Amino acid sequence: MNPLVLWFHKLGSPPYFYRFAGRLLPWFWGAALAGLAIGLYGGLVLAPADYQQSDAFRIIYVHVPSAWMSLFIYAFMAVNGFIALVWRIKLSETLAMAAAPIGAAFTFICLATGSIWGKPMWGTWWTWDARLTSELVLLFLYLGVLGLHQAIEDRRQAARAAAFLALIGIVNLPIVHFSVNWWNTLHQGDTVKLFGPSLIDSRMLWPLLVMAVATKFLFAASLLSRARVDLLELESGKDWARQIALAEERA
Amino acid sequence: MNSPIPLEAPPLLEARGLAYLRNDEPIFGPLSFRLGAGEVVLMEGDNGSGKTTLLKVLSGLLQASTGTVLLNGEPLTLARLSHQVALLGHLLGIKGELSPLQNLRFAIGLGGLRSGITPHQALKSVGLEGYEDVALRQLSAGQKKRVALARLLLVPAALWLLDEPYANLDREGITLVNRLLELHAMRGGAALITSHGAYAYTSGTPRRLQLRGQEAAA
Amino acid sequence: MSYGSTTSACRALLQRDLSLVWRQRGDALNPVLFAVMVVALFPFALGPEPTMLARIAAGTVLVALLLAGLLSLDALFRSDLEDGSLEQLVLSPHPLALLLACKIAVHWLTTALPLLLVAPLLGELLYLPQPVLPVLMVALVLSTPLLSLIGAVCVALTVGMRRSGMLLALLVLPLYVPVLIFAAGACNAAQQGLPVLAPLLWLGAGLALALVLAPLACAAALRISLS
Repeated sequence: MNPLVLWFHKLGSPPYFYRFAGRLLPWFWGAALAGLAIGLYGGLVLAPADYQQSDAFRIIYVHVPSAWMSLFIYAFMAVNGFIALVWRIKLSETLAMAAAPIGAAFTFICLATGSIWGKPMWGTWWTWDARLTSELVLLFLYLGVLGLHQAIEDRRQAARAAAFLALIGIVNLPIVHFSVNWWNTLHQGDTVKLFGPSLIDSRMLWPLLVMAVATKFLFAASLLSRARVDLLELESGKDWARQIALAEERA
Repeated sequence: MNSPIPLEAPPLLEARGLAYLRNDEPIFGPLSFRLGAGEVVLMEGDNGSGKTTLLKVLSGLLQASTGTVLLNGEPLTLARLSHQVALLGHLLGIKGELSPLQNLRFAIGLGGLRSGITPHQALKSVGLEGYEDVALRQLSAGQKKRVALARLLLVPAALWLLDEPYANLDREGITLVNRLLELHAMRGGAALITSHGAYAYTSGTPRRLQLRGQEAAA
Repeated sequence: MSYGSTTSACRALLQRDLSLVWRQRGDALNPVLFAVMVVALFPFALGPEPTMLARIAAGTVLVALLLAGLLSLDALFRSDLEDGSLEQLVLSPHPLALLLACKIAVHWLTTALPLLLVAPLLGELLYLPQPVLPVLMVALVLSTPLLSLIGAVCVALTVGMRRSGMLLALLVLPLYVPVLIFAAGACNAAQQGLPVLAPLLWLGAGLALALVLAPLACAAALRISLS
């Protein structure tokens, strides 16, 4: 077998993943905290004030990375859900379900910061603007996945059902986005573009990019932490989990 | 190694190292057994020993955690399976609002019809002649069970999986179940029935399998 | 020996479900009553002023019908689950998706169709402008089956649960948003004298897609729930 495929097979085994994730975790937490510190310092202190929105614009350093993460995590959850449903890999079930609350939290942060930003900019806490509404629907989708996962007693069946719902959601999301766009548009257009020049000053841009990377690490770190706990719980009857529990007790 | 002609026909049902886990707790197994045409096997086990779960795995409702189920020597798929397997569970799968005849007609529509028998004859052979058009709700629990047994006679499945078929039946009903099982075995069918031991399949020489929590011995 | 054809299985299922509904035909009126009550609450809450009620009429009728449909969704598989018929359905030799499509069709015929019939009356209660009514009806004809199909997938996911009402609403509502937007969009366009074809075509496209995909998804979800 191809060594890479072999490695993936090994990674799929809970004890191996548990140890592997344990070794990665300190690095991920370190990178996340350092990145957040640098990004926030750059964004809140170093970046110049916006000529229109003055200091109020600085909330984008939290708002925009959260919005990106809310979608990124949903995609991550759906991909893992797909793998869990098709190949019935326990690790993917665990990862998908461990990602859901983190994604919901980012979505909530995105909505809350957007709302706080909206008050000085648009004069209201909430507007039925296309992107805000899509984000709200995304939050409902996350909550639905979490609710379904909670409601089923058998953990693996719960993960499969919730993964299936996540997949339905990923079909639904573009449709929601399109329909809501068609319905109402007020939100400002994209200012950061992957291709072509961005419409944002580079001194404002770099902290945003640092924040985007830092939130990825934050996600990875909390995902691995959660997945490790979930795996221990799921495999509590197995020898390796018992050994770890005993070792913790001794220490 | 691969002889083109098998020396003997593969068994109707074969389980190899079959086990089912829920929340990583073993419900039953690993379990291996064979069930040939004309055989009736009584699966004995206490409450909670996984009899019902085993029948659900064998019928394809649940996917086994480990091991394989072979049907006529071929791996089990839902599509093939359902032509050949009839499951009678704790829930009888019949509608209280409809009459026995309506229920049986629906079962035939869904599962097909064995040749040489009609719903009327099937109801007669389970002792429900005259009840064809009474709403099922007005029948007793034992009579409902008999309607479900009549369904087994009608559908063309060769393998019967019966979960506690003796429950709710009077002495006469128990004899009826035994007679139906004998008839089915004589026709070349096979049956796997579960029981917690209170009533046993008395006639003939049924093989017994013990299902005790985690391990089962054939 | 005959294994029966898929057509005869579908016919048997349709016949059984329809006769079951017919035996409890009183229940079929419940969603209608619910929709009438929801619509009747709006004038109490917002005041009886005709111009204002006329402006919200189409949207209110849509939401009332959507909620009434949501309320009746729960019953789609409940009785079949309780008496074991659902297991027999899953174990039948015929494609489960097709059988479920039949069940969804019966559900639509018996819950959404009565709602469609009272929709003009509900519109009248809220002074729905006459030219909007045909558009509203077309939007309802396209969107109610869509709601039933999408809803069935979510019901299949929650089928084994005792108290699934609130959870079902949470699962279903995000999926209902686009349907509601296009249906209401068509009515609003009609009210302003704008062309209504585009949103209706989107609804039609969604319905065509859901007719094919939703029964398949419903079957997959049901298998997960029953395992």
